[in-house]
Amino acid sequence: MLKIWSMILQKKEQQKAENAEGAAGGKKKKVTAAQLRVQKDLSELSLGTTMTTDFPDPDNILSFILYVEPDEGMYRGGRFSFTFNITPNFPHEPPKVQCREKIYHPNIDLEGKVCLNILREDWKPVLNLNAVIVGLQFLFLEPNASDPLNKEAAEDLRLNREGFKRNVRSAMGGGSVKGQTFDRVLK
Amino acid sequence: MATAEVYPASEPERWTYLDRVRTRAGPFTNPDAFDGTVVAEAVENMKILVIGAGGLGCELLKNLALSGFKNIHVIDMDTIDISNLNRQFLFRQADVGKSKAEVAAKFVEQRVKGVKITAHNCKIQEKDEDFYMQFQIVVCGLDSIEARRWINATLVNMVDEDVEDSYKPLIDGGTEGFKGQARVIFPTVTSCIECQLDMHAPRAAVPLCTLASIPRQPEHCIEWAHVIAWDREKPFPELDKDDPEHITWLYQKALLRAHEFKIPGVTYALTQGVVKNIIPAIAATNSVIAAACCNEAFKIATNCAPSLGYPDANYMMYSGNDNIYTYTFRHEKKDDCPVCGNLARELVVDPAWTLRELVDSFAVRPEAQLKKPSIRAESKTLYMQSPKSLEEKTRPNLDKTLIELGLANDEEIGVTDPAFATVSFKFKLKFQKSE
Repeated sequence: MLKIWSMILQKKEQQKAENAEGAAGGKKKKVTAAQLRVQKDLSELSLGTTMTTDFPDPDNILSFILYVEPDEGMYRGGRFSFTFNITPNFPHEPPKVQCREKIYHPNIDLEGKVCLNILREDWKPVLNLNAVIVGLQFLFLEPNASDPLNKEAAEDLRLNREGFKRNVRSAMGGGSVKGQTFDRVLK
Repeated sequence: MATAEVYPASEPERWTYLDRVRTRAGPFTNPDAFDGTVVAEAVENMKILVIGAGGLGCELLKNLALSGFKNIHVIDMDTIDISNLNRQFLFRQADVGKSKAEVAAKFVEQRVKGVKITAHNCKIQEKDEDFYMQFQIVVCGLDSIEARRWINATLVNMVDEDVEDSYKPLIDGGTEGFKGQARVIFPTVTSCIECQLDMHAPRAAVPLCTLASIPRQPEHCIEWAHVIAWDREKPFPELDKDDPEHITWLYQKALLRAHEFKIPGVTYALTQGVVKNIIPAIAATNSVIAAACCNEAFKIATNCAPSLGYPDANYMMYSGNDNIYTYTFRHEKKDDCPVCGNLARELVVDPAWTLRELVDSFAVRPEAQLKKPSIRAESKTLYMQSPKSLEEKTRPNLDKTLIELGLANDEEIGVTDPAFATVSFKFKLKFQKSE
């Protein structure tokens, strides 16, 4: 026993009276900090009427699917799904989010990569899963031509908003736009 | 010993000068904690663990051995790379490819006679609590936040209030270029690494859309190859950042992109650096930080002078980026820290209870009064009140008994409730049959 500990623990002992039920050590399986944080984030999630989740393995809360069904804007009537993969280093690292369908969107590329600042350069551990899903929802309400990931779609939106809207509709129906065929996402 | 003589260290002449420091009280030495006569013996008998045998680890091992520690263990999973040799001075060209822990241990043992260094060539996660329990002090020279969080949580969880030896001070050093930090954690007593998570700057990232549309720097082209082109073309099933063939593929992709946007400066070495997130390590920064860590270990072991960590300052930051600035302060413990803020409390339950009975019992527990608790064990989701899909999938569990759900005595569960936005609870199940 290090001497310094006996000094520290004496003091701790004095403070313990207030906190009668103290800590218990243990050697069994421990809930990790990342898991506990995800559990907390999930129990505070506000999905509203436009979003639902699916947990293929309910025992693994670090991996799930989020469905977004916008009820307004250009992507209204579609059903889009995103995989969420959370590493044990959450919340130091952001969750990894990818769109599962091939869609026509200036901020989502054809592989499903999402350009959302808080998923990458602006992520902070104080942000939570709710912030991420609000961000995703916002991408469908306000596609942003100035942060393009799909350059053609961004150009299209900037130059000809009405034409872009028509292209979004046709892509959502499983049609092709500019030589690319898209996944049907209409409900 | 009967006499009031200073207890002799082995080879007393060798440590004459060290003894002037470690056997004499200074003006701020805590008189209750200090007994100069036993210090040499105490330090020699102490077992100290060094985690990491890289830039900081080499310095730490050398410093600790020269400070009188005789029983040192070192753990590192890495092998020696040629690029380590500029600063990891315990390694030679012939050692490339060998275990860092083993080569470092052997070198210091040969150089400082009388020191025993035990090498562990594995991940820290492969060792259990019994392994960590044998040490009195743990010193970290790591480059990964994940590993720091793991050892921190392990040491905090090992604390058993009834067993004094279960408390292990953790000394953590870290450097990045000209910057660094040294901190001391007394698990459960002072602010822990999880409390201080926001002190780590997240990895600087470039917006994905910049990579995709307007690269301006060679690094953007490399990141594009790494994040976008690799996924699109998947030239190999999984990216291995240590495989030259994979790095070459990324390098060539990046080079093409750089030509397209007329950006000079993409090289193989830069590609490797960006992909592996290599921050140039500066040997002298490692020396500064490792020296501070070693001195804290020395003071904690000897009590010859107050150490960082308790009761005041516990964090020393060092910044050499812009002239020199260093500042020592107290980082406060966080009440809602998921690791040390809510240590698992014991919860007496009847294993024949259904999960529903357990859930309902939280509503009446005086310290919790949780109306809508969600409950998980480490590898099992027991019951989640939300989101809806998870509630539906876990609802059938409510009618199962704790035994049927596979829960065991001493198992830990995590409980959250939206009414307690900042707090989550941990309980350790204590099975007790009710009459």
